[in-house]
Amino acid sequence: MELVISLSIGVLAGSGIWLLLRPRSFQVIIGLSLISYAVNLFIFSTGRLKSDAAPILETGRDIATYADPVPQALVLTAIVIGFAMTALFLVVLLASRGLTGTDHVDGRER
Amino acid sequence: MQDMAIHPVDWLVILPVVLPLLGAALLLMLREAKEAQYWMALGTVAVLLLGDIALATRIAEQGPVSMTMGNWLPPFGISFTADLVGAVFALAAAGVTLLVLVYLRLDMPDRARRDGVYPLVLLLLAGVSGSFLTGDLFNLYVWFEVMLIASLGLMVLGGRNSQLDATVKYGFLNFFATTIFLLSLGLTYGTLGTLNMADIVAKAPAADPAVMASIAALLLLAFGMKAAAFPVNAWLPASYHAPPAAVSALMAGLLTKVGVYALLRAMTMLLPASREVLEPVLVVVALGTLILGPLGAIAETNLRRALGFLVIGGIGATVTGIALNNEAGLAGAATYVLHAMLTITGLYLVAGLIEAMTGETDTRRMGGLYAAASLPSVLFFVLMLAVAGVPPFLGFWPKLLLVEGGIAGWAPNWDGWALALWVGVLVNALLTLIAGSRLWGHIFWRAGHESAENEAPNPDLRRLDRRATWLGLAPTAVLTLAVFLLGVWPEPLLGFGKQAAAGLLQSADYVAATGVAGGEP
Amino acid sequence: MSTLIFRTIAPLLTAVMLVFSVFVLLRGHNEPGGGFIGGLIAASALAIYGMAMGGEAARTALNVHPLAMAGFGLALAGLSGVLSLAFDVPFLTGLWSIFDLDGSEVALSTPMVFDIGVYFVVFGTIAAVALALESDGEDA
Repeated sequence: MELVISLSIGVLAGSGIWLLLRPRSFQVIIGLSLISYAVNLFIFSTGRLKSDAAPILETGRDIATYADPVPQALVLTAIVIGFAMTALFLVVLLASRGLTGTDHVDGRER
Repeated sequence: MQDMAIHPVDWLVILPVVLPLLGAALLLMLREAKEAQYWMALGTVAVLLLGDIALATRIAEQGPVSMTMGNWLPPFGISFTADLVGAVFALAAAGVTLLVLVYLRLDMPDRARRDGVYPLVLLLLAGVSGSFLTGDLFNLYVWFEVMLIASLGLMVLGGRNSQLDATVKYGFLNFFATTIFLLSLGLTYGTLGTLNMADIVAKAPAADPAVMASIAALLLLAFGMKAAAFPVNAWLPASYHAPPAAVSALMAGLLTKVGVYALLRAMTMLLPASREVLEPVLVVVALGTLILGPLGAIAETNLRRALGFLVIGGIGATVTGIALNNEAGLAGAATYVLHAMLTITGLYLVAGLIEAMTGETDTRRMGGLYAAASLPSVLFFVLMLAVAGVPPFLGFWPKLLLVEGGIAGWAPNWDGWALALWVGVLVNALLTLIAGSRLWGHIFWRAGHESAENEAPNPDLRRLDRRATWLGLAPTAVLTLAVFLLGVWPEPLLGFGKQAAAGLLQSADYVAATGVAGGEP
Repeated sequence: MSTLIFRTIAPLLTAVMLVFSVFVLLRGHNEPGGGFIGGLIAASALAIYGMAMGGEAARTALNVHPLAMAGFGLALAGLSGVLSLAFDVPFLTGLWSIFDLDGSEVALSTPMVFDIGVYFVVFGTIAAVALALESDGEDA
């Protein structure tokens, strides 16, 4: 599982950075989203990878069988914020495209 | 869960966040009542200012205060911990916002008011105060995003072409910076198992220094981008000149300062050992920012873009303090942030007045303003001298402290880095003075346009009407007066600087206030 | 988009989704659900309505401006935290009050009020963004 997670983080971050360096605003916003997905996965993995482990305490269970709830909460917050930012950006980019007639990040074709 | 004794007075710690948030919520509901919105925003910030004053005096007398949300034990619950640096910065932020609100009434086109500028200003203030007062790194990230969302909203208000272009650049780079911040948070939690600042102070020394150094490097990149330090400063001059003057004053006065504050907190208090590793990087960043800022201001002909470069120069001065990391240097950095909040906001406000009077943004096409309006020219002159650090004004003392810190760092063992920083601060002051006097000469002293033959008086000047004079000049005059008074009577400022530096270097009080030291891990 | 089938089904779908969003909202805290996901469902309900009937109709159907709704949610969430001031506990401490209503247990708590606030914030902001996107970015 560790290999799969680290590979997907790497692929997401790599493609995100490549897209970030493209000139079209849509490509850049997708790149930013991919990078934040990579970061979210990374944060999730800092809670150690466990399958089928509960994050909420129940009486009479060994503490070692639990998953760490904090990274899950952190990731949830980060996803929500990233989602809101992306939505807001899309509105701005659409308005910018409507006004300038181009989706180049500089507002004009070179 | 454990019950902790909570006095109503402890609520002062979160008041600076809760009050503007509730105010923004209320204003959002009252979208239609424009007039009421304005007065309520003003009232909210005024009450907040009083609360901040009470908080700062309490901390100055009794040391840091802390409150942990939801009655959870400190390392697990989100703590709000205010020490002197955070509280005084929050106080200055509230004061600046109040003055900008007065000015906003003059500056905002009707369309922008309809789109809800006042709730966004309050939201921005909540984000800024939250960043200054929070005691939890992840919470700091949340406040960064609140600020980012509010500032994005403020930047697009009015919806002109250049504004949207600036917003795209500003937004992309800042979003990228916060993502890097988030990455370092993941690494921090994975390594230390905590994100509470006081807990990090306690646990960081035991952790692997290589991992801690990479966390510090990521934080340096993220906060440096937020603060517009060299070499990741390109977004600031490209974006701060586009929105209405009051909005860019607010952003230039507050947002980069939050980045610098976070850098100050992270490098000197949280990860002092990693700062040593990164010291050469910090020195290069400081020197680059110190020199590049005013040079850009000299080369630039757009007024507010030039001011943007001066903001960057000021960031260099604070990074210098962080790189020096001795008492005088840190006191210089802390007081410089305070000084920059007041002075830079004032400069942007005057710039807005100048643009309103000349109808131009290019300094080459201004000119002759001294004859038409002497008061703004005096205010601009004083604020410019203050930015450069000329003696009777506020800007002198932080730079003096930095110079002192440079000597103190150099003297014992002939440290070349400290000497370089010492030279850098002096060169920065000189270049800023050149940039400032050049701007002043072009805008006010020269009779007409650059290309005008026979230097005829500028025919395009518009006089400000009575209302504009009062609403526009009064806030600027108050800021300038504060810059002057704190310059001639610097004891409170220097006292603050000394206490702030001591608090950052010896974090025992901060940790004790949060209450993690006695708590079970 | 506005085929006859879609336009007939959309109001029905919107109504069902809105009810479901409230169910998800109240189910939260100890079970999967809560304000954020509930608000998202409600916002998608409005978005579907807007797709079928046009953004203007959706705005009219909403009656209040979505951002005013977000403001209401923010105020609700904030006040649920401030309530702890009256009980001498830190900000945002969960306060519970459990009623016995005709044999069934009803739990009222500040976390629930907070969650309802979150619901409105999410619904308001996402609806505002969705409506702005539907009108093709002419109103940023």
